[in-house]
Amino acid sequence: MYRPSLVVTFTKKSSVKMAKLTSLFVILLSFFCISEAVFEDQVGKFDWRQQYVGKTLFAHFESNTQSSKKMFVATDKNIFASFNSRTGDLLWRHVDKTGPEGSIDILLLHGQDALMVVGDGRLLRSWDTNIGGLNWEAVLDTGSFQAACFVAIQDTVKLVAVLKKAAISLHYLSNGHQKWVENLPDSDAVQYQAVYSGGEEEVYVLGVVPNSHLTIIAYSLEDGEIIKQVTTLALCVVVGQGVLMCVDPATLALYTLPIQAEETPEFSQILLQVLYLSPTVFPGFQPVLVSSQPHPARSPLSEFFLQLGPDHHVLLQLNADGYTIAPLRDFQPVHIQSFIYFCLFNIACAINLFSVDSGRRLLDTTVLFPLEPNGGKPHTLYVHAFLKKDDSVGYRVLVQTQDHALTFIQQPGRVVWTREEALADVVTMEMVDLPLTGTQAELEGEFGKKADGLFPMVLKRLSSQVTLLQAWLAHLWKLFYEARKPRSQVKNEVTIETLSRDEFNLQKMMVMVTASGKLFGIDSKSGSILWKHYLENVQPNAAFKLIVQRTTAHFPHPPQCTLLIKDKDTGLATLHVFNPIFGRKSHIALPALPRPILQSLLLPVIDQDYAKVLLLVDDQYKVTAFPSTKNVLQQLQEMASSIFFYLIRSDQGNLSGFRLRKDLSTERIWEVVLPTEVQKIVAVKGKRPNEHVHSQGRVMGDRSVLYKYLNPNLLAVVTESTDTHPERAFVGVFLVDGVTGRIIHEAVQRKARGPVHFVHSENWVVYEYWNTKSRRNEFSVLELFEGTELYNSTVFSSLDRPHLPQVLQQTYIFPSPITTMEATLTEKGITSRHLLVGLPSGAILSLPKMFLDPRRPEVVTEHSREENLIPYAPEMPIRTEWFINYNQTVARVKGIYTAPSGLESTCLVVAYGLDIYQTRVYPSKQFDVLKDDYDYVLISSVLFALFFATMISKRLAQVKLLNRAWR
Amino acid sequence: MASVPRSFLLLSIIPTILILCADFACCNTGRKTGDGLDTDFSGFSVPLEHSFEVDDVSRFRMRGALQLRGGRETSVSLSQSQLSEEDRKTLKEVAAVDGLYKIRVPRVSLTDRQTERQMDGYLTAFVRACSLVESHLSDVITLHTDVSGYLIGVSIVTIPGACRGTEVEDEVDLEAFNTTLTIIAPTNAPQPETALFIERMDIEHEKRGKPQEQKSFFAKYWMYIVPLVLFLMMSGAQDQSGGGAANGGGR
Repeated sequence: MYRPSLVVTFTKKSSVKMAKLTSLFVILLSFFCISEAVFEDQVGKFDWRQQYVGKTLFAHFESNTQSSKKMFVATDKNIFASFNSRTGDLLWRHVDKTGPEGSIDILLLHGQDALMVVGDGRLLRSWDTNIGGLNWEAVLDTGSFQAACFVAIQDTVKLVAVLKKAAISLHYLSNGHQKWVENLPDSDAVQYQAVYSGGEEEVYVLGVVPNSHLTIIAYSLEDGEIIKQVTTLALCVVVGQGVLMCVDPATLALYTLPIQAEETPEFSQILLQVLYLSPTVFPGFQPVLVSSQPHPARSPLSEFFLQLGPDHHVLLQLNADGYTIAPLRDFQPVHIQSFIYFCLFNIACAINLFSVDSGRRLLDTTVLFPLEPNGGKPHTLYVHAFLKKDDSVGYRVLVQTQDHALTFIQQPGRVVWTREEALADVVTMEMVDLPLTGTQAELEGEFGKKADGLFPMVLKRLSSQVTLLQAWLAHLWKLFYEARKPRSQVKNEVTIETLSRDEFNLQKMMVMVTASGKLFGIDSKSGSILWKHYLENVQPNAAFKLIVQRTTAHFPHPPQCTLLIKDKDTGLATLHVFNPIFGRKSHIALPALPRPILQSLLLPVIDQDYAKVLLLVDDQYKVTAFPSTKNVLQQLQEMASSIFFYLIRSDQGNLSGFRLRKDLSTERIWEVVLPTEVQKIVAVKGKRPNEHVHSQGRVMGDRSVLYKYLNPNLLAVVTESTDTHPERAFVGVFLVDGVTGRIIHEAVQRKARGPVHFVHSENWVVYEYWNTKSRRNEFSVLELFEGTELYNSTVFSSLDRPHLPQVLQQTYIFPSPITTMEATLTEKGITSRHLLVGLPSGAILSLPKMFLDPRRPEVVTEHSREENLIPYAPEMPIRTEWFINYNQTVARVKGIYTAPSGLESTCLVVAYGLDIYQTRVYPSKQFDVLKDDYDYVLISSVLFALFFATMISKRLAQVKLLNRAWR
Repeated sequence: MASVPRSFLLLSIIPTILILCADFACCNTGRKTGDGLDTDFSGFSVPLEHSFEVDDVSRFRMRGALQLRGGRETSVSLSQSQLSEEDRKTLKEVAAVDGLYKIRVPRVSLTDRQTERQMDGYLTAFVRACSLVESHLSDVITLHTDVSGYLIGVSIVTIPGACRGTEVEDEVDLEAFNTTLTIIAPTNAPQPETALFIERMDIEHEKRGKPQEQKSFFAKYWMYIVPLVLFLMMSGAQDQSGGGAANGGGR
């Protein structure tokens, strides 16, 4: 373990003459922050991690027995994972590359082998499903993937066929070696879509020429020789003993065709009317056929579904002669279906099992499960049916809902587990303080109310004190009661009712917004989901902005969060206002937003209900206020001339500033244009509004003070050159005042390109880029100082600060690429800052800011030593003890969120990506917390001993004085 | 590790010196507005316009002409006229209602004379009219260019910048601008200082002196080992002979 040793730090520094005790203390503090790691017994005490996989695309169950425990899913996040179907826990997980390179095209399962085609037909992989190990991997020929299926020879599955756009290949299941590959004829005109094998000596490929005909090619399994080639009609599936079933929307007829027939086959037509089916023909009527092949070595079932409308399905059966069809059952209204089940829904969802032979409903197979009121509707069902010991049919269902949640349901309608896979794609989040307990809140409320006389006030005070006493006694009794129970039984289940703020405000509510439009409220201490709310009709490409309008501090007004959802195509925005503690939607009149919204800004102005005012600027530069009560509008009118905001149009390279007018229109007051031919704006960041800076300056070695340039309106604008040639590419960093539009600093990092990650805080900007010349990642830090004198020490105004600040900059080599970066944040800003850097490996590095200090001297002097500056070294170290998440790696970390706690030393950190990891960091160690092993007994006994010693010696001294006086 | 003491001030000033080229120009009050426009050297001129209205609706008028000269040594100068009686009155009125004084310059490129086409749009900046009045029209205008010489921004500040509400009695104070004009190109951000670091390490290395060559264990301690071995050999031989003698004696 990395126990920080104080002794070492002292001996290290003992050679340095330290004139004053203060500087010693500073050095002590700073060395505290260097030695930081987790002790073994602290693992999991203050941190937790949750692992997710994303939206399921393919799901398979291990085998058709009741005792099987494993299930396998492949997801849209390019993840192949296995769950324990009893608990929903992750058994193993493989995270592939992001983007199309790692996308999973198909997942096939046979026995112990899981076959997967990855990256649009780039790779064929076989996994051992027991342990999740890779059996083999084969690189496929180029060409986009179409279909794949297992191929059986004499009832044993030995091969897998992969159909590409222009070729078909056969691979051995045991080692992935290619048996043969054949080019498909006419691959330009024919869209090959399906591959089929029925356990015979041939493999069939079906292709479609749009609006024309269908091609069937039979290949010999042995050598890939084309045995025969047939062209027929469109929209087909294979049912029964190799009978091709097609449906034609034009003639409203079904066509059957035996594809394995010796002679040139002919279609036989069966009109839908003959089957007493009268589909409602509407424009775009597209009947769909669904068939099922339970085992690759056998023929598909002769029963099949015909989907006539979005919620209308007919189960049909192909008779043994291969030409006639008998309708078995008409399912209407049914929304979603696979082969043998369907779901009726409004409040509850019902699943029934039907026998495919007869179309009859099987007895005792109805599963009713209630849908969550704020959840999504079922989207896909994966049924795991098996024969029970008494030969009756049992089944379990994996339901995927629209909000990406996976629910596993057992008969009769018991939800075994639920996984909220929407959390695999968190877009933005906020941490909200928990409310006070009822009694505390009452006490607070006492001060909020208006005074009504002296006597009632005294009474009220007394009564609230009595309630406090009661609560305390109840608490004591609970403690006493629980102390007698064994430790394991005492389990504090966090529920929404028992939520209350703890002593140091270390437990908070994490409000997470996911890309699917589902909102979550998660307890930061345990990670349990306390509420969830699915927003339907959120576009998949929507942009979200979460704003805390009212915190928990304004009892009895509930806290209020506003989610701004903006459609990226149209720019139109909607608001969702909710209570962040309970997740309930607030019934507040929302403003009408008919025009696209360009910018939103939260003003420090509060209305009479203590909600901060949100201003929304539309594309005509008109401003809408929310809430827009009379009080607010009046305040806005008074303050209008001092409300400035900026707009950035990165496509035009345009930054412009506006001022609010009294009638809530705006006027453009400044404009800066970065020509898009030269560089494009990549990102703009201001400072966090809840950031506090404790010290206005830095004390230098000669005891003078270098004042920081603390401009709250400063924007850091990062650009990248349009010229991507490694010699001419550059990254530009502009510091622009958001009120006046004044360019405070303009620096160009030559021979550099993005992706640029940067943090803007206090008086510094840290950015990371790729050096194209040296081919390495580099960190650069910019610090702004006013100089040794402050222009106006009482208040900062962008309008009255004529002198430009001094800018210091230094650059370092960083030995790893990074994925995201954020700075720690504490209550008062006294604690030294750390940078939290998310690395691609999943580690989160806590890098002390003192390593990124442009005043690090190249030559060590007496002054720099006095100031405790680390001598400049071009390379930034990565020490493994700086990883705050030890071995709990966060896959594909996308963002890091930091929030202050009630303790100055402690900063709460949430890293999210595919996984979610929450922990606490102490950048300057826990200087305001006594250690767990603090020796109370020793200290108090020493105190008492000293106290008594003083008393006794005082008495003795008195006696002695008296004696002397008598003498 | 004795080192040369270096004052910090010098270190902190370095980046501010990096401002590539700065040319200061005081306004020429004697000339008319039109005079500045006829160019007599290789540079070109663009209009500097200003606007100050009581109702805050921008109506830009000519303030002066900026003489820009691109190339290796970018320079800029400004010729501007005095404020008219009417303008002075308006400016004071605008200052009284806390209006804004705005300036704008067209977007141009300093280096590329061929494409000196008017890129549509202006660069705008503002200052509070009251601070302009109270500073007796002494303003600092800064033009910012990007790496390829395009003007990307303009800023205006007055010195002093505050509005204290002091009355400017003398009309003469508001007649002529006392403008300081600067043009700022982007600074080059530093690269990691590897060369200097290695040099410093080398120097430290040398200072410490060459490290002792790693001698082998035997080479280092031969003077102890050899006598020890000799002693052991001697004593062993003696023992043997002694033992032999004893044995012999026994028989």
